Amino acid sequence: MAGLMAGFGHYTHAIVRGIPASLVNEALRTSPTEVEVDLSKARREHEAYVEVLGTRLGLEVVELPADEALPDCVFVEDAAVVCGDTALITRTGAESRRREAEVMRGALKDLNLNIVEMTDENATLDGGDVLFTGREFFVGLSKRTNQRGAEILADAFKDYAVSTVPVLEGLHLKSFCSMGGPGLIVIGSSEPAQKALKIMQQMSDHRYDKLTVPDDLAANCIYMNLPNKGHVLLHCTSEEFPESAKVFEKLKDHLLIPVSNMEKVKVDGALTCCSVLINKKADI
Amino acid sequence: MTTEGGSETEVKEKAEESATQPDQSEKATEDSKEGVDAAGEEKEKEKEKVKEGKEGKGISRYLPTWLKKQKSQSQTSPTKEAPPTEEAVDTVTQEEQGSAPEVNGHAEEVEEKEAEKSEQVKEKEAESHSNASADTEPAKEEKVEESAEKSPEETKEATEGEDTEEQKKEQEGTANGEEEVGGGEGGEGQGNTSIFQSPLRLVRKSKMKLVVCHVNLLDGSDFSCEVEKRAKGQFLFFKVCEHLNLLEKDYFGLTYTDNHEQKCWLDPTKEIKRQIRSNNWQFAFNVKFYPPDPSLLTEDITRYLLCLQLREDVATGRLPCSFVTHALLGSYTLQAEFGDYEPDQPRPLDYISQRTFAPNQNKEMEEKILELHKSHRGMTPAQADTQFLENAKKLSMYGVDLHHAKDSEGVDIMLGVCANGLLVYKDRLRINRFAWPKILKISYKRNNFYIKIRPGETEQFESTVGFKLQNHRSAKRLWKVCVENHSFFRLNAPEPPTKARFLTLGSKFRYSGRTQAQSRVASSLIDRPAPNFERTSSKRISRSLDGAPVISITEAGTAENGRDPHLELHSDSKSPMRVHGDNIYVRHSNLMLEDHDKTQEEVLKHQASISQLKRSFMEAPPPSPPQPNQWEKRLTSSPATTIRIQPQQVASEPVTDAAAADNSAPDTKEPPKTTEVEIEETVVVQEVSKAPKPGLVTVTITSPSDYEIREHEPKSEEEAVVAEEAKAMTQESISSESESEEEAEYHPNVSVSFSNTQIPEEKEEEEEEQEKKEEGRSTPDTAPLPTEVIEPVEATSQEAEKEDVEKREKNTEEEEEKETETSTDDPMMTPEEAPNGHALPEESVTVTVSPVVEAEIEEEEPKMNGESSLVEAEARPQVICCSEPPVVKTEMVTISDTFAAQKTEIATKEVPIVHTETKTITYEAAQVDGNGDGEPGVLMTAQTITSESLCTTTTTHITKTLKGGLSETRIEKRIVITGDCDIDHDQALAQAIKEAKEQHPDMSVTRVVVHKETELAEEED
Repeated sequence: MAGLMAGFGHYTHAIVRGIPASLVNEALRTSPTEVEVDLSKARREHEAYVEVLGTRLGLEVVELPADEALPDCVFVEDAAVVCGDTALITRTGAESRRREAEVMRGALKDLNLNIVEMTDENATLDGGDVLFTGREFFVGLSKRTNQRGAEILADAFKDYAVSTVPVLEGLHLKSFCSMGGPGLIVIGSSEPAQKALKIMQQMSDHRYDKLTVPDDLAANCIYMNLPNKGHVLLHCTSEEFPESAKVFEKLKDHLLIPVSNMEKVKVDGALTCCSVLINKKADI
Repeated sequence: MTTEGGSETEVKEKAEESATQPDQSEKATEDSKEGVDAAGEEKEKEKEKVKEGKEGKGISRYLPTWLKKQKSQSQTSPTKEAPPTEEAVDTVTQEEQGSAPEVNGHAEEVEEKEAEKSEQVKEKEAESHSNASADTEPAKEEKVEESAEKSPEETKEATEGEDTEEQKKEQEGTANGEEEVGGGEGGEGQGNTSIFQSPLRLVRKSKMKLVVCHVNLLDGSDFSCEVEKRAKGQFLFFKVCEHLNLLEKDYFGLTYTDNHEQKCWLDPTKEIKRQIRSNNWQFAFNVKFYPPDPSLLTEDITRYLLCLQLREDVATGRLPCSFVTHALLGSYTLQAEFGDYEPDQPRPLDYISQRTFAPNQNKEMEEKILELHKSHRGMTPAQADTQFLENAKKLSMYGVDLHHAKDSEGVDIMLGVCANGLLVYKDRLRINRFAWPKILKISYKRNNFYIKIRPGETEQFESTVGFKLQNHRSAKRLWKVCVENHSFFRLNAPEPPTKARFLTLGSKFRYSGRTQAQSRVASSLIDRPAPNFERTSSKRISRSLDGAPVISITEAGTAENGRDPHLELHSDSKSPMRVHGDNIYVRHSNLMLEDHDKTQEEVLKHQASISQLKRSFMEAPPPSPPQPNQWEKRLTSSPATTIRIQPQQVASEPVTDAAAADNSAPDTKEPPKTTEVEIEETVVVQEVSKAPKPGLVTVTITSPSDYEIREHEPKSEEEAVVAEEAKAMTQESISSESESEEEAEYHPNVSVSFSNTQIPEEKEEEEEEQEKKEEGRSTPDTAPLPTEVIEPVEATSQEAEKEDVEKREKNTEEEEEKETETSTDDPMMTPEEAPNGHALPEESVTVTVSPVVEAEIEEEEPKMNGESSLVEAEARPQVICCSEPPVVKTEMVTISDTFAAQKTEIATKEVPIVHTETKTITYEAAQVDGNGDGEPGVLMTAQTITSESLCTTTTTHITKTLKGGLSETRIEKRIVITGDCDIDHDQALAQAIKEAKEQHPDMSVTRVVVHKETELAEEED
């Protein structure tokens, strides 16, 4: 039926953005690592990622040009939260990234989404802290996201419960979890991750199954429910996280697509970070 | 009032009654009884007042002179107590009552007599009422009701002839279910023959009359009907449901706006008048419990009403939703009310813009609504409603009742009560959630609201989370909402009755209706053709009824179409549903499923087939509708009984150990849920039970010489005023009492302690209370004056009841603190915790003040040792482990001789109690020894006698203790009298003492403890 909360995982469009060369040296990192990002390798990975979305899965991919002034611009997820036909343009926690919203806003407008701005100067929110389960939102209160930001998100998506979850470790809430299907939360096995899961479960009126993977970062995957393809899951490769990959492989009902993310992860980029998924053919 | 003539009438009346009852169905009988009880309660209350005023007299006969003095002091101290006039008037009565006990050897009998008396009085009242009343209408109506009890048909006839049309209608509607509902009224109406009228009565009668109630219905129309001024909430509610042709009424309720502009739920079990506290008989019909899955409702009409409520919720912003959802819901509304989109319709936007779909409605939204409306072509109204609900129910705030509060740090938050538990919001964010299974206890004190949380997997201890509300009314309101929601959604059936004994303590409020589970069963048995009803749409187009919350439209006729009066089923929470045989139809619960399919034809077909079929087994009694068992009846009739909301608590009682176990036991009722998270529901204990009972009279006679008398009589100024009016005003006086009680809430100490005692869980609270006591003291105003006189006697008696002990201790402490402050505070103390007087169940409606007289008489043979090593085990007390620390002290309360010296000092106001406490400690040690040596107490007898209005339970324990070669035999008698009506505690006490002496001439009465608990009628809300 048409209506509220129908079709979790239904997407028609994806917004992605290129990788600027500045990513290598200027992208924000949670921990100063000596590990250097191989730009060309990163770009190859990203191309593969986009290809999966567009070619393999048939989404209409909107590719935004990279901006050298915005080293983190490839991580489009943080710039906007889209649910239904409403898009919230965020005010990212890192001030250096605020301008990423400009191009994003334009793209979302082009898609005829209702744009909601986060104008409050006290609010910060990174899309990476927003976990939408299909029935409700969990917003991680992290270094990048504060209460006010979460409130504005709640205001933008009034239909849904918005619960806050403290993120004690890691960059974002989705640095250690994501949705693996309707009612299925993929969660890392670290203590902070498990703790966060507990909180989410306690805060929710709904029941969620969990899929625990050994590696927190591997818990970040992309679930879609696409026509003709059913449950689709983009997850880590066995090269990157062999143990976790095995866990994903147990999901029999899913179309499993391992996607390499070796380079971007060096600058805290996870799978979900690199796209904004949109369901434009909203039922209503 | 009790003149000889009166007694004659009484006899007559009784005869009539008895004759009548056999004829009636069981149910009817019950009802009638209840009705009687209710009426009796009022009377009793009146009496009670009087008695209270006179208190000293009753007991004084049995007490030494010095004691009398004290008593009188105590009496006088409360300015609010019954005025002299009242006394004068009532003197005669009082004496009569007083005499009664003497005649009977048994306390119980006395009680019964009292009950009878109350009935008499009541009847008399009724008589006088009818006679004196200038306008016949009220009297007739009452009559009718009465007759209704006998046979519905008669009622109708009578009604038709005499009543106005409107009344007729109402009566017809109500006739079926009426008995239950209108108990109070029926009772009043009972005697027409009256010969006797006291001037007072006349006064009163003039006051008694019908009142016009205006009820705002969900479609914006106004329904008005006349109800007797003393009608209970239930009565009005049923009339409204009748009018709406609504059978699945458990999800709904009536609200009124209190003096503080707060919306309150009308308690069905209480008199309307006492709740609204004003002359504004204006109500609103609303959804009280939002069904989590509306598709499980049986009837379309129920869904329709739910839709109306939700439309209002959405339009006012109470149920927030996004633009798209607004549009979607609006489009279903249009489809339901107008049918398919008509392209030809001129300027469709005009009519849309006249209705309110959203708080921030704009052209864009209206266009969207129209656009979506087009897509619903072919959808029936029922289908559209269903779709509406399917979407609305997913909204995160669906069914969430928000209350403003502050967290422990003073941050503004919102507490949301819903089907699943308690939600905590800060701004729009959910910051915490406590599912019902996680909550062990819910309580409130003053303006604090507490929930005790079950320990998580990794935690060892339960934690208590506290919130501050604006004021204690808010706290209480929140608490009540929690209690009701938990009961409704979480329990399969209302909590089972508690043991008789415990009934005396705790708050009386609990959810009185059916639970969702029961409601579902009941509605599955609905056998009637789907009622036709008109969706307000077409008529109301221009009026914008839908979205407009407050708009009242003159047109009422919403739900009445197609309804055949005879077909109506009246299912009351307490009565099995009745179906009038002629019209039996196959149940059509499947109909709804059909509706989901979009084919109208199928639906119609289905309906047609349904209407042709009859269900053979329909007569079978519906399984779940709770039929009052003995306990329930009692509960209903006596407010006091209601005390414990949760059975678990009951179990916990004085014996702490048991508590833990007990808690788990009750849990079993709840379906276990397994969740990955720790959310298993083992024990969900709702904390309800704080006893608000304002008036407690504790008389402890340890030895002949020792007397501990505490009088907590809640009397309010209003009472005094009322008193002048005398009996005629009974009702009012009652209300005033209740008010005073509410005020009492500010003083949590005493009452709390009492209630707490029995409930282990509460003990913690007690501690808290103690802390708060100081605060509480500040508000001494209304508080009744409790006087505590403790005279220590040689023999130390251990209180069998730990509770008492604790109470005393607390009292003592408190009082010490207060010192100057009169004991007055004590009675009121419990307030917050105590859910005051909401007595739920019942029919006890009138009984705002339900007095419970607990007389504990311990007879001890004087022992040489000051330490009586008696282990008085109450039946249960033998397990004395308290899981909760505060409880530990329990049993020690004994008044020791040492204090005897102090007796003299004991001024009424200064509570000797302090000493008591000390003593207690001492004895404790003694007790321990005693326990080791002595045999456990033996429960000799336990009997419960239940009369219509009173329940008397006598428990006798005999304890033999060997200590140091001395054997001591202690007999403890515990008499618990609970009743709707006022109990003459003096009389009861006197009787009990007398009886004890007679039975054991060779023993001495060492202690008498009287707890008198009065129920507050209405909360301030």
